[in-house]
Amino acid sequence: MTTTQTAPPPLQASIAPPGRPAWYWPAVIGGSLLVISTVRVLTGANDIDSSGALMAAIGLAMPLALAGLGGLWSERAGVVNIGLEGMMIVGTWGAAFFGYHYGPWVGILGAVGMGAAFGAIHALATVIFGVDHIVSGVAINLLGAGTGSYLAVRTFTGLPGGGPTQSPPLAQLPFLSVPGLGEVLLGIEKSGTWLLADLAGILRALTTNVNALTIIGVLLLVFSGWFLWRTAIGLRLRSCGEAPYAAETLGVNVLRYKFLAVLVSGALAGLAGGFLTLVASNLYREGQTGGRGYIGLAAMIFGNWRPGGLAAGAVLFGYADAIQLRGGGDVIHAYLLPIGLLLLGWGIWVLVRRAEGKSLAGGLWRIGMSLLVLLWYAFTTAIPDEFTSMTPYIATLLVLAFSAQRLRMPAADGQVYRKGEAD
Amino acid sequence: MKFDVRKFGLGLAAPALAIVVALVLTSLILLAAGDPVLAVWQVLFKAPLPRQAVAIVNEASVLYLSAVAVAIGFKMNLFNIGVDGQYRIASFMAAVFAGAHFLPGWLNIIVSIIIAMASGAIWAAIAGVLKVGRGVSEVISTIMLNYIATYFVAYLLKGAAVKIEGSNATSTQVLAEDSRVPGINLEGLLGTGREVYGLVFLSIAVGILFWFILSKTRFGFDLRATGQSESAAVASGVNVKRMVVVAMILSGAVAGLVGMPLLFGQDYAYGDTVQAGLGFAGISVALLGRNHPVGMAVSALVWGYLNQLSNGLQISAGVSDRLVLIIQGIIVLSVVIAYEVVRRAGLRMEQSRVARELDARSTLEPKGATA
Repeated sequence: MTTTQTAPPPLQASIAPPGRPAWYWPAVIGGSLLVISTVRVLTGANDIDSSGALMAAIGLAMPLALAGLGGLWSERAGVVNIGLEGMMIVGTWGAAFFGYHYGPWVGILGAVGMGAAFGAIHALATVIFGVDHIVSGVAINLLGAGTGSYLAVRTFTGLPGGGPTQSPPLAQLPFLSVPGLGEVLLGIEKSGTWLLADLAGILRALTTNVNALTIIGVLLLVFSGWFLWRTAIGLRLRSCGEAPYAAETLGVNVLRYKFLAVLVSGALAGLAGGFLTLVASNLYREGQTGGRGYIGLAAMIFGNWRPGGLAAGAVLFGYADAIQLRGGGDVIHAYLLPIGLLLLGWGIWVLVRRAEGKSLAGGLWRIGMSLLVLLWYAFTTAIPDEFTSMTPYIATLLVLAFSAQRLRMPAADGQVYRKGEAD
Repeated sequence: MKFDVRKFGLGLAAPALAIVVALVLTSLILLAAGDPVLAVWQVLFKAPLPRQAVAIVNEASVLYLSAVAVAIGFKMNLFNIGVDGQYRIASFMAAVFAGAHFLPGWLNIIVSIIIAMASGAIWAAIAGVLKVGRGVSEVISTIMLNYIATYFVAYLLKGAAVKIEGSNATSTQVLAEDSRVPGINLEGLLGTGREVYGLVFLSIAVGILFWFILSKTRFGFDLRATGQSESAAVASGVNVKRMVVVAMILSGAVAGLVGMPLLFGQDYAYGDTVQAGLGFAGISVALLGRNHPVGMAVSALVWGYLNQLSNGLQISAGVSDRLVLIIQGIIVLSVVIAYEVVRRAGLRMEQSRVARELDARSTLEPKGATA
């Protein structure tokens, strides 16, 4: 409604984020690794980047990444999909039902199919009937939760090992490893050497016991990035999310693109649910998704509506989740040290650069916060479980609060498009 | 005037249509799943027993508060998905304060309710401030705040919990007799011992206040204006940023009330068994009732009716009571579609009427569309 005057800044941001040289991301990753490995040696919180924790993190990140990817497809075409959660839920049922009766590979198809069916409902409501996207998404979540648990009661009751809220155990998808590497890397990791052990841990997590569906998920991420940004069809799809009426004048069938994008979005969200069922837990359980559809959406926003960014966001949330599940109150506690020191450094830097117009209050505020965090670190040994569980959500809020201005969503995202109503 | 009557009819047609669609689609689902269709509708369309009727009213009174909280946001194009988190924080705070019994009797109840409103308002204000200050969408921030609230309350509950003999449930101090709101006994009228929450009057009062503020005050006008056209509101001197925060605070304050009928009329404490998901149900009720004070009351009753009668599905028809979630989901989805279709139809009728009148009145200039 009021977005007509805001064109210039986003345009600039979309061409290139200002001041990000090519070495920026490698430096950030390398720097984080240095910090983490130093913190590990200093605090003795060895689970901070053990291969076990990282493997768990990858397993937990994958459903978030797939759900986020689902969100990406739909929002790139201009349809906000808050119904990811509901689509995931029917995906978990689809994977369990078809996985139990016809084997895990068909289970994947079941998850994708159920998700796509609910994607079609969302597309019908938002694209064809022009309903508010968020309203429709909320209804989809309600419908998905109901359908999932109704069908579970109907189909799993009475099966051996199954019940109204739980499916029988399912056959597993294969796990793949690079042969001969795991033992060697584990040895290096066990030595605890600074930096070397951390690298070995990361490498081991990436090469040992990787599930086939994880690999498929990574391929889907790469494929989506290539497809949406490097092909003509992808360009047309994104044009529907940026300027649908302009796309219409160029002969793009906007409605068809939007509909298909939401369909793909549902399929990916369904697959995310299928991952939970087939890989993460080996059975369907009611309430299994636990709001992961919403987190996937948050990961996508965190990642600035880009596949690489959303993968990073998913890994971050997956990592926080893994640490929490492994009872890592001490690990999150260990992070207080670098966070406090970083804040302190930031505050001092702001104070030093006061001459360049940085405010005194801003610097003092950061230093005060840093002292609080450091005191917290010094006077406790672990963070309560509930706070560990909160970490991903607080991280999302903080990231959005500090970077919302940098983020740029597709220009016509969430707006209802009616064919032939350009003004 | 004549036109308005037609519009009114169209407005009622939409929810009726939605319910019919829900009936048809649910029947199809039941057929496909191999469940007995007729038995299900026989259970759901039985007249509620007196006991159930009271439960329906009770449930509706809670859902109505949640729906009003959501509707305040909707009126301003704000999507407060965080009612869930807001009412949990608020109920917990109120339960702790009321359980401490600093104040006697009714004073304790009133102050606790005010504390609940304040807690809900503060929790919602976080999302409002993040929206106007940092440009964070309230949809995402309220979802995140829901989760944070869940864990935060779980953490606080561990600290505030009192041991109850012979039970594993953790809960706050149980309220003394004089700090409970007595229920309304309808024994003579309905012949059931179950009582209607005394705080049903709170829901009614909130509904009347909601109607009055929105349609009879300058503030309400500004709020609706901001929701319908932000630029028009700015032009008429509304401070939109302030409006967003105020609307979120109001919405959160009402959300804080959601748990009150339960706290003072049924549970008398806040425990880990407290009812969840009332915020999301409130969104559905608000959508079905079109944010209208009376409409939402009717849809809250419909929701309560469906929830209560579905309890008998498993026993009487051998069908999972989760079916009710599907029915409700279909109702919400088809009602929003129906409203949209009706709105467009109304718009088209109005456009063609204006075009006709203009054509008839003047031959001065060529007329195309009315845009």
